[in-house]
Amino acid sequence: MTAVVGTRMLRKEDPELLTGEARFVDDLVIPGALHLAIVRSPHAHATIKSVDLTAALAQPGVVAAFSGADLRSEWAGPMPCAWPVTEDMLNPEHFPIAVQTACYVGDAVAVVVAETDMAARDAAELVDIDFDVLPAVVDLEDALSDRVLVHEALGTNRSYTWELIPAPEAVEEAFANATHTVVERFVQQRLIPSAMETRGVVAVPAVYGGEFTLYTATQIPHILRVLAALTVGVSESKLRVVAPSVGGGFGSKLDVYAEELLCLALARRLRRPVRWSEDRMENTQATIQGRGMIQHMELAADADGRVTAVRVRLLADMGAYLQLVTPGIPLLGAFLYGGVYDIPAYSFVCTGVFTTKTPTDAYRGAGRPEATYALERAMDALARQVGVDPAEIRRRNYVRADQFPYSSSGGLIFDSGNYEPALTRAMEMAGYDDVRAEQKERRSAGGTKHLGIGLSSYVEMCGLAPSRVLSALRYVAGGWESSTVRFLPTGKVQVVTGTTPHGQGHETSWSMIVADQLGVNPDDVEVLHSDTSIAPHGMDTYGSRSLSVGGTALWLATEKVIEKAKLIAAHQLEVAADDLDYAGGTFTVKGSPDRTMAIGAVAFEAFTAHNLPDGLEPNLEASSHWDPPNFTFPFGTHICVVEVDEETGKVDVLKYVAVDDCGTQINPLIIEGQVHGGIVQGAAQALFEEAIYDDDGNLITSSLADYLVPSAADFPSMQTDTTVTPSPTNPMGVKGVGEAGTIAAAPAVMNAIIDALSPFGITDIDMPATPQRIWTAIQQAGGTNGGPR
Amino acid sequence: MKVAMTINGTSQEHEIEARVLLVQFIRDVAGLTGTNVGCDTTSCGTCTVLLDGESVKSCTVLAVQADGAEIMTIEGLADPGTLHPMQEAFRENHALQCGFCTPGMVLAAVSLLKENAHPSEQEVRSALEGNLCRCTGYHNIVKAILAAADAAGAEVPA
Repeated sequence: MTAVVGTRMLRKEDPELLTGEARFVDDLVIPGALHLAIVRSPHAHATIKSVDLTAALAQPGVVAAFSGADLRSEWAGPMPCAWPVTEDMLNPEHFPIAVQTACYVGDAVAVVVAETDMAARDAAELVDIDFDVLPAVVDLEDALSDRVLVHEALGTNRSYTWELIPAPEAVEEAFANATHTVVERFVQQRLIPSAMETRGVVAVPAVYGGEFTLYTATQIPHILRVLAALTVGVSESKLRVVAPSVGGGFGSKLDVYAEELLCLALARRLRRPVRWSEDRMENTQATIQGRGMIQHMELAADADGRVTAVRVRLLADMGAYLQLVTPGIPLLGAFLYGGVYDIPAYSFVCTGVFTTKTPTDAYRGAGRPEATYALERAMDALARQVGVDPAEIRRRNYVRADQFPYSSSGGLIFDSGNYEPALTRAMEMAGYDDVRAEQKERRSAGGTKHLGIGLSSYVEMCGLAPSRVLSALRYVAGGWESSTVRFLPTGKVQVVTGTTPHGQGHETSWSMIVADQLGVNPDDVEVLHSDTSIAPHGMDTYGSRSLSVGGTALWLATEKVIEKAKLIAAHQLEVAADDLDYAGGTFTVKGSPDRTMAIGAVAFEAFTAHNLPDGLEPNLEASSHWDPPNFTFPFGTHICVVEVDEETGKVDVLKYVAVDDCGTQINPLIIEGQVHGGIVQGAAQALFEEAIYDDDGNLITSSLADYLVPSAADFPSMQTDTTVTPSPTNPMGVKGVGEAGTIAAAPAVMNAIIDALSPFGITDIDMPATPQRIWTAIQQAGGTNGGPR
Repeated sequence: MKVAMTINGTSQEHEIEARVLLVQFIRDVAGLTGTNVGCDTTSCGTCTVLLDGESVKSCTVLAVQADGAEIMTIEGLADPGTLHPMQEAFRENHALQCGFCTPGMVLAAVSLLKENAHPSEQEVRSALEGNLCRCTGYHNIVKAILAAADAAGAEVPA
């Protein structure tokens, strides 16, 4: 059978999605379900003085309505944060519905349950809440001053300070001896993840058995099951969590949300199914946001521009509360502020700060795009200082291919890498020298449209995560993944995976891996996932982990299946197991190519159990739980070419080239798709997107009409290529690709814009680089009138 | 009030509140859940359907406005168990990931090729401006639509 791994196999997931047969949470028909509507705080910070539900309860169709105080007794514990990053981290107690104080616009303060969605929403409008409005604190540096406290009881807005300074004196020495130093302050604006499917939940009680099924648009049914059980006080053994088709996540569905817990608690209390669907405005306010940091970035370098130290200080916006992994997000980038470069001294400090805004948490890349952005912007600043091309400054600093496995000064072991070929290939594809030549020509001609080229080299830390490392970082769970592989009597194969796909095509890729391992047709492999009663063990999908951790668990399970099958085949063929070769699903007696047994036939023997070796259990099935020994480290270089119109400040992206290395490739078609989507999401941070709050803490960009998710008209087609440097961390050599594009794109685009504006002497523009910001920067730099001088 | 329309060739006559949107009628009354809802400001195009052959955002049309109309949703685009050439093109070109925007995107694309059988890449991109996708970066969606246009020649079935 021809190998399918490495081919562009079309996705198994597609037909049901293309025809509308797929069922998202909102599509599920649940007889008798009540509809939940949530009354949210219109104030960023307010004491709840009273909640009057009388008018709402009088509405036709309304079954119940509650305040936060009414529901306080439903909670066995507060909302969970699974990552207390320091021993002394401050974590304000917070419940799915505010009891005394609302701490951001969108914080739940009352609920209405009715027979229909419309009745619930109509009645929610009639809930009368008397608020005592408190001052808001929106700006991060202002929050750090403790002028206004978000949580009075904590006495400070500082949640934690986390440090990674392996050798402080080495850093001091490097800066003292530096010929060049770069000192930059970058702002990572808050982003709204904006999955196209908003969240939705249905909790269905089995009243007599006490069981619950929770259908929810989540990336993490397994993690949610544990934490929902603990928070709501339902036995974990009686809670089944199902993620049906999920319409994108990007980290925003990697959380334990108030509405999931509310539906569960209300279903228990009202003994009827309770469902909730989020509208887009709620999604912008009550679903987590991403990024939100101020980055102080410093480089020390010698006369040739070789970086000798990196020193980083971050202020990270937690928002009003700590959600599932809020405080840990900056730590996912903490090790990567040296990126692909061989930098001997390292210093990283991060302070997490509360503000009266929507909580932040994981958003595509989670900490790693922020790190790469600061570093790659700083590397361009260094190139300008040293007076060399940005490509050259990168070449001079890359970790060399012969240094792998590479011990970074931040304390990680980069498993494998070969950085320069990706840069070289990207430069070829972009026609780098020609674009530079055209840029020079245009500059001397003095036009008003300025060409800019931006580079970005990145390495990411994927395959979350080695459990012992997580323990060292004080994350409360492990980072393993689980899989079961079983042959069915007819030779079909059933795979159970603990990963939870929501667009990544796991059913396809997992089938391809199994097809090659077991010599079956990928169409004969059924992949089961995202339901805790079918796949009881799992750590779910985020952080580009699914293939390198979950795929490896799957691969190891197939190896165990083959091992057992070999014992049966040897018994049937009357030879010793060691006398059998295995390839492409067939056992062959060594030296006797005509004496064979197909693994499907072995599976049938294992099923009938008529003639198995003594002591061997029936059926051909095996499970594996894989805990990775290290992270994986995908890398690459992206190049963006832009044209900036000095008269309008508008940026046109003319060309975008990406060369990525995610190790061994299972399905290049899926890899390209991940890269494309990631790039546009990263570029959107550079060009369009920002969650804007006013001084009172109101989210101004609370709809897709105000928050600019790019459309097809906003970005060109991309040129992509790959290099392949297998990972030694796992047997297939895979690394992960889900976040690569997002990590690389924002700095590539911003470096291109700043390169285009360099004739004006402009060295910094905040993201998003809107026409207004660029135009203003040009005016402040001396204006246009015939171009730069 | 009473509203009657044809959805995917089946007559749907129901008593509804005047404020019911076409998308609510399609999903909640007619029970066709292939049409998804992604926003509440006519921004995302997820709910795109064909109304008398023209693509509309069904969250921006009241059901009563569609009284007497012929509606086509994603479920009606091809015979059960088969794919329309545009759906095929999306699959061949990996033009979907999570698939939530896909029904609306496919119908917008079908509508585009009815109006312009051989669009340029730029024309495709402009025509899709009202349909958001967060997964694909649009690269493969554009490629799929251009491929479908090529495959169809001048004749584009709908």
